[in-house]
Amino acid sequence: MSEFSSTAAAAKRGGLLPRVFKAVFITVAVLVQLTPFYLALTTAFKPQSDRSSLWLPPFAGATLENFETAMTVGRLDWALENSVIVTVASTLLVCIIAAMAAYPLARRPTKLNRFVSLALLAMLIVPPLSILVPLYTMLSDLGVLNTFGGLIAVLTTLHLPLAVFLFTQFMRSLPISLEEAAAIDGAGTFTIFTRIVLPSLKPVLATVTILTATSVWNDFAMSSYINNAASMRTLAPSVAVFFSAQGTNLGAAAAAALLGLLPILIAYLALQKYFVKGALAGAEK
Amino acid sequence: MSNGTLTRTATPVTRSTGADPRRKRRSGRRGASMNLMYLPAVALLGLFVFVPLVQGVELAFSNWNGYSPDKTFVGFANFAQLFTDTTFHTALLNTLLFGFGCTALQQILGFGLALVLDGTGKARSVARSAIYLPVLVSPVVMGMMYYLLFQYDRGALNDIMIGLGLDRVAWLSSGTSALAIIIIINTLQFVGISMIIYLAGLQGISPEIYEAAALDGASGWRMVRSITMPLLKPAFVSSLIINLIGGLKLYDVIQVLTGGGPGYSTNSVSTLIGRTYFGQQAAGYASAMGIALLILIAIFSIFLVRRMDRSGKDA
Repeated sequence: MSEFSSTAAAAKRGGLLPRVFKAVFITVAVLVQLTPFYLALTTAFKPQSDRSSLWLPPFAGATLENFETAMTVGRLDWALENSVIVTVASTLLVCIIAAMAAYPLARRPTKLNRFVSLALLAMLIVPPLSILVPLYTMLSDLGVLNTFGGLIAVLTTLHLPLAVFLFTQFMRSLPISLEEAAAIDGAGTFTIFTRIVLPSLKPVLATVTILTATSVWNDFAMSSYINNAASMRTLAPSVAVFFSAQGTNLGAAAAAALLGLLPILIAYLALQKYFVKGALAGAEK
Repeated sequence: MSNGTLTRTATPVTRSTGADPRRKRRSGRRGASMNLMYLPAVALLGLFVFVPLVQGVELAFSNWNGYSPDKTFVGFANFAQLFTDTTFHTALLNTLLFGFGCTALQQILGFGLALVLDGTGKARSVARSAIYLPVLVSPVVMGMMYYLLFQYDRGALNDIMIGLGLDRVAWLSSGTSALAIIIIINTLQFVGISMIIYLAGLQGISPEIYEAAALDGASGWRMVRSITMPLLKPAFVSSLIINLIGGLKLYDVIQVLTGGGPGYSTNSVSTLIGRTYFGQQAAGYASAMGIALLILIAIFSIFLVRRMDRSGKDA
C-alpha cells in the first residue's frame, strides 16, 4: 500500500516520546491483526497427536495430513471448483449487465432514468436475509436450488446495484464528445457502446471486478442456503460445515481455513493497488 | 474504427450543449432504444429482490410454515409477536450492539491507525497491508481462525491464562463474553476499511495548512483536533455508513462462532431469521423479522445519507 505516502505526515513529526508511542501502537496493531493467521498456520501443520500449545510452531514435525483431511473429508476440492465457477460467472455477468445498464443511466438523465438509478441504488440497503424466505421458496419452485444457475443468478443480482452505481459515476466523468462524433458519423448505440464506451471503462472495470469477485468468493449467508448439497457447496459454506463437523480436530479446521483464504491472499498480494482502489470506490457509495 | 477519424470529425462539433434543437431530437430518439440496455439489470433485481420483498410482506401476514400448500392470513399477529418475543428482543438488541459498538470502535481505531500510518516508508506500507488484509478474508474463515484463540480446551488465549497462573476461561460459553468477542472480531476484521478511508482523506489535506498552523505555534494534538478532524468529516460519514450497515447485517461470524448460542444469547436478527425459518418452520414469522430488519436498516441508512448530502460530501 505505497499509495498512501503523503507529505502531510512529514509536517507533523513529533518528538522522541510520541514516536516511540506510535511505533508501539503500530507494532501491537499489526501483531493483533496477524495473530489469527499465525495460529491457523501453526495449527494446520501439526499432526493430531501433537498437543503442544497453538502458539508454538510444529516442533514435533510438520505434516500435511490436515490439508488432506480437509480436502477428502470436507470436500474442499469440490468447493474450490464450485467457487471458481460461481465467482467467475457472477463477476463476468455483473460487469456486462451493470456496464450496459449504466450507459443509458449516465447519458440520458431523464426523469424515468433518474428514478431507475435511485431505485437500483436503494436495493443496496436490502439485507439479503430479510428476503431469504420468499427467495428460497421461489428458487425451490423454479427447481434451481443446488444448481449453479440459481446461485449465480442470485449473487449476480445482489451485486448489481453497487456495480451499476460505480459504472454510472465513472461514465458521467467521461467526455461525451467522442460519442457524439461517432453518432454524427452514423454509428448506432450498440456500436458506440462497444467501440467507444466499453474500452474507456478499464479503470473502473478493475474496481468492480475486484469488489464483486471478493464478495462473491466470500459469500456465506445466501450461498449456504441456496446450495446446501455437499456436491454443490461453495467454499465459505463448506469450510463452515466442515468446521462444525470437526469439533475438536482443530488442525483440520485450521487447514480448511487456510485453504479458504489462500486464493484471496494470492490475489491480494499480486493486485494490492487495485484492491485498495476498489475499497475506496466502494466507500464512496 | 480508428481513433484518428473520430477525433478529426470531433473537432468541428462545438459543445453548444442542448441549445441545438436538432441534436436534442436526435439524442431523444436514440435514447428510447438506449433504455433497453438497463432492462436485464432491472429485470434481475425485480425478480430476485423486489418480488421477494413484496412476497415477504405478504408472508409476514400469514402463518405459513414454509412447505405446506396452505397458509392462513393472520393479520398483524406476527408483528404483535415481535413485540412480546424476548428471543427477538435479544437479537434486536444484539444487532444494535453489533452495529453501533463495532462502528464506534472502528472509527476510533481506524482514525488512530490512519494518523500513525500516514506517510512514506516501507515499514508503514507493510503495516497498512497487514492491517487491511482481514477485510478481504471471508468472515467465516476469520471466525474459524479466531476460534483457535478463544477455544476452551486448547485455545491460545487460555494458554496465556494458564501461563499467568490463572484458570481457563470458557470464553464462548457465556453470552456476555461471546458477544464481546463477536464485536472484537468484527471490529478488527473491518477496521482496515475505516483506516484506508481516513488515509485517503488525509491525502486530501494540503501540508501547507499544517505548516501554517505550526508557524502559529500549534502543536500535534491541537492540529489533529482543529485541522485534521474537521477536514475529515466527509471521510467520517462514508466510513460510518459502511461500518454501520455492515454491523447491522452481521451474520457470518456469529453463525460460525456461536451459532447464535449459548441459548439464543448472541443471535443477530439475521441469524435468528435463518434459525426461525429453517429450524422452526415459522416462515411467516421469519418474514416479519425480515421486514423489521429491513425497516431498521433503511431508517439508519436514509438518515445517514441525508446527513452526508448536507455535509457536502464532494468536498
